[in-house]
Amino acid sequence: MSSVFEYAPAPESRSIVDIAPSYGLFIDGEFVDGTGEAMKTVNPATEEVLSEIAVGTDADVDRAVKAARRAFSRVWGPMRPADRGKYLFRIARLLQERAREFAVLESLDNGKPIRESRDVDVPLAAAHFFYHAGWADKLEHAGLGPAPRPLGVAGQVIPWNFPLLMLAWKIAPALATGNTVVLKPAETTPLTALLFAEVCRQADLPPGVVNIVTGAGDTGRAVVEHDDVDKVAFTGSTEVGRSIARAVAGTRKKLTLELGGKAANIVFDDAPIDQAVEGIVQGIFFNQGHVCCAGSRLLVQENVHDEVVAALQRRIGTLRVGDPLDKNTDIGAINSAEQLARIRELSDIGEAEGATRWQPACDLPDRGFWFPPTVFTDVSAAHRIARDEVFGPVLSVLTFRTPDEAVAKANNTTYGLSAGIWSEKGSRILAIADKLRAGVVWANTFNQFDPTSPFGGYKQSGYGREGGRHGLASYLASEDGQ
Amino acid sequence: MTHVLDPDALTAGTPPRREPPTPYADVTRSESAFRAFLHGLPGVDQVGASSRVTMLGTRSIKTTAKAWAIDTAISMVDLTTLEGADTPGKVRSLAAKARRPDPTDPGCPPVAAVCVYGDLAGIAKEALAGTGINVAAVATAFPSGRASLAVKLADVRDAVANGADEIDMVIDRGAFLSGRYLDVFDEIVAVKEACGDAHLKVILETGELVTLDAVRRASWLAMLAGGDFIKTSTGKISPAATLPVCLVMMEAVRDFRAATGRQVGVKPAGGIRTTKDAIKHLVLVNETAGPDWLTPDWFRIGASSLLNDLLLQRQKLRTGHYSGPDHVSVD
Amino acid sequence: MIGNERLAVRKTYKLYLGGAFPRSESGRTYEVTDSKGAFLANAARASRKDARDAVVAARAAFAGWSGATAYNRGQVLYRVAEVMEGRHAQFCEEVAAGEGLSTGKARAAVDAAIDRWVWYAGWTDKLAAVLGSANPVAGPYFDFSLPEPTGVVAVLAPQRSSLLGLVSVLAPVLASGNTAVVVTSKARPLPAVTLGEVLATSDVPGGVVNLLTGDAAELGSWLAEHDDVDAIDLTGAPPGRAMEFEREAAGSIKRVLRPPAEEPDWAGDPGLTRMRAFLETKTVWHPKGF
Repeated sequence: MSSVFEYAPAPESRSIVDIAPSYGLFIDGEFVDGTGEAMKTVNPATEEVLSEIAVGTDADVDRAVKAARRAFSRVWGPMRPADRGKYLFRIARLLQERAREFAVLESLDNGKPIRESRDVDVPLAAAHFFYHAGWADKLEHAGLGPAPRPLGVAGQVIPWNFPLLMLAWKIAPALATGNTVVLKPAETTPLTALLFAEVCRQADLPPGVVNIVTGAGDTGRAVVEHDDVDKVAFTGSTEVGRSIARAVAGTRKKLTLELGGKAANIVFDDAPIDQAVEGIVQGIFFNQGHVCCAGSRLLVQENVHDEVVAALQRRIGTLRVGDPLDKNTDIGAINSAEQLARIRELSDIGEAEGATRWQPACDLPDRGFWFPPTVFTDVSAAHRIARDEVFGPVLSVLTFRTPDEAVAKANNTTYGLSAGIWSEKGSRILAIADKLRAGVVWANTFNQFDPTSPFGGYKQSGYGREGGRHGLASYLASEDGQ
Repeated sequence: MTHVLDPDALTAGTPPRREPPTPYADVTRSESAFRAFLHGLPGVDQVGASSRVTMLGTRSIKTTAKAWAIDTAISMVDLTTLEGADTPGKVRSLAAKARRPDPTDPGCPPVAAVCVYGDLAGIAKEALAGTGINVAAVATAFPSGRASLAVKLADVRDAVANGADEIDMVIDRGAFLSGRYLDVFDEIVAVKEACGDAHLKVILETGELVTLDAVRRASWLAMLAGGDFIKTSTGKISPAATLPVCLVMMEAVRDFRAATGRQVGVKPAGGIRTTKDAIKHLVLVNETAGPDWLTPDWFRIGASSLLNDLLLQRQKLRTGHYSGPDHVSVD
Repeated sequence: MIGNERLAVRKTYKLYLGGAFPRSESGRTYEVTDSKGAFLANAARASRKDARDAVVAARAAFAGWSGATAYNRGQVLYRVAEVMEGRHAQFCEEVAAGEGLSTGKARAAVDAAIDRWVWYAGWTDKLAAVLGSANPVAGPYFDFSLPEPTGVVAVLAPQRSSLLGLVSVLAPVLASGNTAVVVTSKARPLPAVTLGEVLATSDVPGGVVNLLTGDAAELGSWLAEHDDVDAIDLTGAPPGRAMEFEREAAGSIKRVLRPPAEEPDWAGDPGLTRMRAFLETKTVWHPKGF
């Protein structure tokens, strides 16, 4: 970083958030005590304990599902669709009004830079509610049959990488289509979901329509396995996704899964190199690489490999790692000690397998969970860092010579969530986009999201889409009840 | 670098053309070779470039960083008046402002240069004598550039004779846009020769080039031809300096130095009116080409009203309260 | 046998796999009888290795079939209907015998099966328009979503409706650009065998459809657990086995089309559900700039 132009600390004030010493579960419109032993949520940038969080047991989940069922059959289901939409509009507005509060709380609990929570997570979450609010009374025009019906109670389990945004991706379409919700936030990032519960109350959303049950894996399992849940939506690891798919086998529950990824980001020699470098950085270092669609495998055409890697390293040298609440921070804290251990382990394996590790000189804070932006070169397709999802700021660089080889390497994974293509040649982009087995293809851009744009995976990255007209299908009974 | 598609190679004109620096010495050997080179530069994706500058625009520059940025920006200003109604009196008053932008604060740095039309360069030179502040003169039939080469060169020589330390020339956009790249190149070379010891800033007039691809090509063309600075705009065309344009130009000088070892400066001009704008440009310089460019030797801001806003912000930082337009001089 | 009556040539049918008609690698066959128990023919009894080979063939055929133009796929599928029409009488006979239907009802089933095939043939080049979208994102990007085939689909065909049911589950898989490994009705495989002959003599590339006569109870797990099978249709899963197959399918995150509570009346409007079930959605973003 520059020694001439040092950016003075520019911390966003945390005084806007008011974190209670402890939180209960949000069931039937009220905060109630959980019957499990409470857990702590910490700020991953400092390891400071932020609050004590109730852990939902099977009995708590049962209460929540009962509340959701009641709300579905008595209030939310019979309600005029236009009124359901109005509640969602209210929620969207409240998210905007309280945007700064949500952003600060998200960065505190998750470790992500305030620039991202402020400019990406929170505005997109609000946009998801706006978008879906409008659908509530137009579902018969969604191309899903003349009279699409809600499924009933949706059990939703979300990850820690985009706590509020994933909540919005889950709750907004569920409510717009007339379902009620029991949502379990991730164990390490419950706070914005609990603040969202407060927003539900502020919006006068009828009790039981949204229920937030915090906890860890067992709580999630209880939600997924509850007999009276009609729909299960999960975002998280492929491993857990498998166990959920097993758990719902043989039931009536409709299932959508948004799982892991190992996206290829393909750079051709005619790419707009400077924008490609930005896209590579955005692709792998956005949100510390805690992104299922992260562009974690860089496939560079061999004849520009050295140039691209040099430009990339120079650019990475300008990334600012540190205090998530500093407005100039580009890379914040790793979300948990457990995740940090996994990133370290896979990186060490990368080195042991013969790849070359590069990291910029950067000072990391003494406390908290940190990992510097990392690039591995000399990676071969067989290396674990080229195959396993690291879910951290770790990029593997591989090369290719021909478009066919690029496609073959890009598709050579059990995942299929996303991919990137960088080229100035339109016909090549379209041809490659056609051949990539991935649910989202970003050409000359990366990691863009929008509520109107369907998102979801091929292969073992899961099934079902979130966003757009397609996303509604996951929450509606189709023609023959499937 | 060799180019095989070179039908003109054997019929190249007699006066040897000034060679660009290694490793690009041969790229101007023919129109087709030069075209192939310029069109072979990596493309610029406009949306990507825009989102990059938007992100850089979110940098929060506060307290000590802001104080440094404001003083640095003041020291980089080419304080400019380029009106038909300019008079010696106005130029002298501008020169006084250039020397002591804030008369109430001796700690305020002087600007880098005063930029005027060539006929007033002598007045400026006299008024700035002994200050270290340069006189920049626009020349080459500024702002349109529509005159014969002979007239343009006479314009340059006249300005230099009047005492200009820096010449801000305009490129022939008509020739550039119609693909006569060597004509543009040769003209810059000729102007550079006519400059003698004066520094040459080459105005690309990016508002007329329109695309960022064209900005990148024109930047390289001007650097290869020997320009000491590349400058965005005359200030007479809108849009003038924009952040995406400046980004592409900073990338160009960065890459050019990496390839040739020769550093070229950048001057956005026109449209930078607020401290916020100026700081965004400094952030962009810092994170694109790097701190080597963060001095008046390598980065200038062509402006007039900007200076007063910088001074108001500076007063606010110094005194802790807001100031008003009556607390800075009207020029 | 005495007299002038001609002695019938009894048939032993084979599998349809990769465009060829191999015997089961296991050498196993089983007797197929009509609805009253009278011998009709011998059918190959596919083994797990046959299933494995069928998946390999389907995978190999996938790039070509999914990469063909939708118009071309429609033409190829329509050609199948034409060839089926030529075998109309044979299909009627087999359906009548296998399902114990009157001639009229068998004829109606065959008519419906051929018409269904035609219906799906007409879908190939409409799916993208009906299921795709241009997404108005809040930024300078062109963003569109298109349906794409899931890949290799294992189909446990209905056990009762041996032709109309089979066509109703197979044609949507093909129309949407997938390749198929089908386990036919165990007791009533002959229309499927004849359909294989139709497919082989029409323009469907080898490997796009692979027909395994045999027992879904035996083959279901192998297909459900197969990592290179992308989706499975459990319509014809033997009673009580669907949950087990679905659990096994979870291992590779297969798309699973669960069986209906009981085998439906296939004459009803099929809707889009069966095509949707085996389509992915791909969303592509590209900036819009000068």
